[in-house]
Amino acid sequence: MIRSTGLADRAVDFAMALVEAPINAVERLIGKRRMPYLFLAPNLVLFGIFTFLPIAIAVGYAFTGGTELLISNRPFVGLDNFRKLLSCADYLTPGSCGESLFWTAIWNTLWFVGFNVVATLLVALITALILNRAIAARGFFRAMFFYPVLLSPVVIGLIWKWFLDRNGLLNAFLQMLGVPPEIFLLDVGWSRFFVVVVSVWFHMGFYTLILLAGLQAIPKDLYEAAAIDAATPSRTLFRITLPLLGPNLLVVLILLMIRSVQIFDEAWVLTNGGGPGTANTFLVQYIYQTAFAGDLRLFGLAAAASVLMGLVLLVLTLAQLRLGKKVES
Amino acid sequence: MHGTFNTIGFLTRTRRPGRIGITDILSWLWLIGGTLAVLVPVAWAGLSSLKPEAEITRFPPTLLPRAAMQAEVPGFDKPLSLWNVMIEGETREMAMVRRIGLKAQMVDPENPGKPISVDTKSISPVQRMTVATENYTDPLTRFSFLTFLKNSVFVTLVATLLTLIVNALAAFALSKYRFRGDKAIFVLIISTLMIPLTVVMVPAYLVIVGVGLVDNLWGVIIPTVASPTGVFLLRQYMLTIPDELIEAARVDAASEFRIFWRIVLPLTAPALAVLAIFSVLWRWNDFLWPLIVLSSRENFTLQVGLNAFQGEFSVQWHYILAMTFLSLVPVTVVFLFLQRYITAGIAGTGMK
Repeated sequence: MIRSTGLADRAVDFAMALVEAPINAVERLIGKRRMPYLFLAPNLVLFGIFTFLPIAIAVGYAFTGGTELLISNRPFVGLDNFRKLLSCADYLTPGSCGESLFWTAIWNTLWFVGFNVVATLLVALITALILNRAIAARGFFRAMFFYPVLLSPVVIGLIWKWFLDRNGLLNAFLQMLGVPPEIFLLDVGWSRFFVVVVSVWFHMGFYTLILLAGLQAIPKDLYEAAAIDAATPSRTLFRITLPLLGPNLLVVLILLMIRSVQIFDEAWVLTNGGGPGTANTFLVQYIYQTAFAGDLRLFGLAAAASVLMGLVLLVLTLAQLRLGKKVES
Repeated sequence: MHGTFNTIGFLTRTRRPGRIGITDILSWLWLIGGTLAVLVPVAWAGLSSLKPEAEITRFPPTLLPRAAMQAEVPGFDKPLSLWNVMIEGETREMAMVRRIGLKAQMVDPENPGKPISVDTKSISPVQRMTVATENYTDPLTRFSFLTFLKNSVFVTLVATLLTLIVNALAAFALSKYRFRGDKAIFVLIISTLMIPLTVVMVPAYLVIVGVGLVDNLWGVIIPTVASPTGVFLLRQYMLTIPDELIEAARVDAASEFRIFWRIVLPLTAPALAVLAIFSVLWRWNDFLWPLIVLSSRENFTLQVGLNAFQGEFSVQWHYILAMTFLSLVPVTVVFLFLQRYITAGIAGTGMK
């Protein structure tokens, strides 16, 4: 960095000289000891405006009604938004609720979270256990499973939509087996099934990586000792591997729950906006539609739903942090 | 255990040299099956994106992009379709002039004389491998995909550059100085990890309205710049840089900013590289936030554009898949070259 030869280097040096002069002037003004505050300022200002201020606004908006954007023009409605969201004759049948789509979304999300967490955890755990063995081309397979994690949810939604199309590869394969073609994404059951499949396909590589790191941290001499004692593989798994992986598994479980509750992008593209009907309308989609996509922009109702979802996520995150501390110690 | 297959054994047994057991076979089946599950949908979309419009919805589909061939034949205004015709036990390629009932009139495309009449049962269309490059060129020229691409590149590059600068400055302050409130500020920044976009998206949009950045690419960029993951990653790395280097520079009367720029930043290069890779991937793939902020077509990023495009052209899969594949390319290139850094970064921070 000290020798600058190329034109680009010189340009950067020139730009930095321009930036450096005023910053050094500030340093002379406020003194070296206050400089860290200056270095932190851009970051803290951005966090303040785009993270902490929105939280305050969300809470404020949740207690106001109407469709006006400016909070000063919005009527205070107290707990009306929460009452509307939470009033239900029977919580199991969304149709009986004040805001039936909200409860449809909640039940859809709960079912999705349940299936997705179990399926992803199982697939990731099995893959991590296999990749932890002395197997050839391990790096290649690890990379392969990880590849979808990097893709955009929109791209994944479209790729799978085409794969599951009436004229897609899956139907061609089924026809070879003599099974009549199916329009999977227009069927309630199949579409829900494939939203989980796509989600597992998308994210399992990430969790595999975390579990693999946990597995590799287990001291090898424990396994050597087990081998000397002629322990059966199942004993080794249940007495050594899983107990020592336990804290990691719990962290992954909660992380997976936090992420699953927020399902939106890939499901939205795959199911054409939550279809068929509202079979795949999830909580984030409800908030998005209520605030941005409906005829009425009900920011208050959407903010109230966001606050409720935020509380659930906060509980999960705090649990994760507690467990994370345990893993470290 | 005796003779019957044991799942747990299969998952935990380590390989004994010179023997391939059922456990190894099942491991391999799982890994190869998984690899196929990853690759097949992607490859299928890629192959399909090369098929011409008329071919893409053919069912059952062909694996490789093929198309029926046509030829210009002297004496005919329109190009004629080419067919394989069995004549006297020999297969010849001929052009079809017209079809009447079960008979078709064919001519030799090279040397069109009097058409001969053949049975339609004895002919089959000539198909050759074709690559429908128009699937890629049309959206880039006739639709606004080049604009989407430009917007995505702009957002990704600018946001990544700003992310590196802003978070490196904060990490420098939090790792190399003792000052009042340093611990509290670090905890405050890390605590923002707990606030996902989905929870604050409605009020964050209202803030964007307030600062006048609705339907503006800067409205997509600026809220993503300050990153708790970035601060954490860079701070942990900077903590390993010896303080003696900084003290020595102070003795030489270097300004604090100069120490940051000339000493700490170059030494943080590996961590900066990891953050840069993450930032590029995050910004390139972002969907929900740009979807909320951007409303006019000329400002769409590639992801928002793709989503809008598939809504409008729901049957034009040849275009949609080509553009999907195009947006896959940069990510795949990043993956192929930098896979090790990415996996190391995730294993190190537990974040993505």
